[in-house]
Amino acid sequence: MTDQAAIGQTTTDQAVRSEFHPRWHRKRVSTWWWLGEWHYLKFILRELTSLSVAWFVVLTLFQLRALLHGPETYAHFTGRLQSPLMIALNLIAFCFVIFHAITWFNLAPRAMAVRMGGKRVPEVLVAAPNYVLWFAVSAFVGWLLLRTP
Amino acid sequence: MSESSIESMKTKPSNEAFFWLLFSAGGVVAAVLIPIQLFLFGLAFPLGWLPQPSYEHLMALVHSPLARLYLFVLCSLPLFHWAHRFRFTLYDGLQVKHLNEVIFAFCYGGALLGTVLAAYLLSSI
Amino acid sequence: MADKIVLEIARYAPDRDKEPSFQSFEVPLRKEWVVLDALNHIKDKVDGTLTYRWSCRMGICGSCGMMVNGEPKLTCATFLTAYGNNATVRVEPLRYFPVVRDLVTALSDFLVKLQKVKPWLIRKDQPPLSAGEFLQTPEQLDLYKQFSMCINCTLCYSACPVVGLDQDFVGPAALALAQRYNLDSRDQGSAERLATLAHPDGIWGCTFVGECTRVCPKHVDPAAAIQQYKLTAALDWVKSFILPRGHDDKPQEAAHD
Repeated sequence: MTDQAAIGQTTTDQAVRSEFHPRWHRKRVSTWWWLGEWHYLKFILRELTSLSVAWFVVLTLFQLRALLHGPETYAHFTGRLQSPLMIALNLIAFCFVIFHAITWFNLAPRAMAVRMGGKRVPEVLVAAPNYVLWFAVSAFVGWLLLRTP
Repeated sequence: MSESSIESMKTKPSNEAFFWLLFSAGGVVAAVLIPIQLFLFGLAFPLGWLPQPSYEHLMALVHSPLARLYLFVLCSLPLFHWAHRFRFTLYDGLQVKHLNEVIFAFCYGGALLGTVLAAYLLSSI
Repeated sequence: MADKIVLEIARYAPDRDKEPSFQSFEVPLRKEWVVLDALNHIKDKVDGTLTYRWSCRMGICGSCGMMVNGEPKLTCATFLTAYGNNATVRVEPLRYFPVVRDLVTALSDFLVKLQKVKPWLIRKDQPPLSAGEFLQTPEQLDLYKQFSMCINCTLCYSACPVVGLDQDFVGPAALALAQRYNLDSRDQGSAERLATLAHPDGIWGCTFVGECTRVCPKHVDPAAAIQQYKLTAALDWVKSFILPRGHDDKPQEAAHD
């Protein structure tokens, strides 16, 4: 910390401890701060998408384990996936994962400040290739899984 | 300002950078690769919208080294993405920053555990 | 019958009150009036004890920031007519800052944090005057110009939940201003700012909520500044492993390409 900043910090600390310091009012931030505003709620929902991401990995690990243990175990696993509870959970998880993908691609251009020829590339042109990649890869994976050998 | 205080300022950047890089990589993998697989295995196949791939077809796919690498990345990086994001969600959302060692261990420990499990499963298939 | 609007204003006198309370004032709704005009009207004609900061009344000094119906706004740039006829407009001091009196917040904490990031040109060498002035191309100016528009109004601090939750967090404006100097071609001080910026209370405390950018009246986009610096700091961290001693003092070099 610079000397000047250190002085500022010390002054504030000393001032707070003195009985002559004016009684500033400081409101405590509630645990429910994120419910107070739609923008804050949208942010927390975006952050909670990470739970759906983790859920998918857990599901995939169970799927790999089922594959490892043979066709009967795998059939049992796919059967479990058909229960209404699992469908509901996966539907919610899917919606959250889509929300993650969209917010991620839309925010990426702001984090990268791509410049070409000395000028800033418009955000839409930086986000678009991400979407193209997303669709292309998804189509390829879908094709790999759905084709009959 | 004295020369010595200027020198002491040039400290190594915080190790947070490492976790943020993992978070970013995991975020990209999660965004690009998870939706299609979750849609197919979580919704389309169980609900019968599309024909299920057979056990043999899946095993054939999974056996290739490229597929194993793909699945390892798919299972590992998104977990580190979750770990980082969830850690901060707990700090900010629930204001439990005083438990930060516990949260840190739970989040990154969990991600490490998942990574190890993925490696074990994928090497055994 | 002239149009009216009601302002519900937070009042707090430290010698008298334990907590802030609200007082309502009826004010004429003139179509060219902003919230600041209404406050000035109240102070002139109704209650001279109303205390608040203001100066330029044209959105450049950054003094008149307040919460208007729960949103951080410059009161000199917020028209009364935006709230409709016979509406009630709630005016409070900027959120997440200690309140000194009525609508006045204590800014000392922000100023300490601003100073910590060293928002000035730092040179390692001082060319003689005879060498002439520093030259900068329009492209070099464009790299940092957006971040230089900050008027220190601290609306972004009131928008950022991390500022409210963590009193040590350096905050959007200070981080954006540090980046403004890091990206300036005349500056050689990136390494000096690194310790404050690449720190859990610096950029790593930011979770890219993006509210700071949304409320900024000068379109500085502090969120972008912070995320861009995260990438730079992360690359610098990686480099510090590959070249542990005497690594490049100007981490921003790569960002210029």
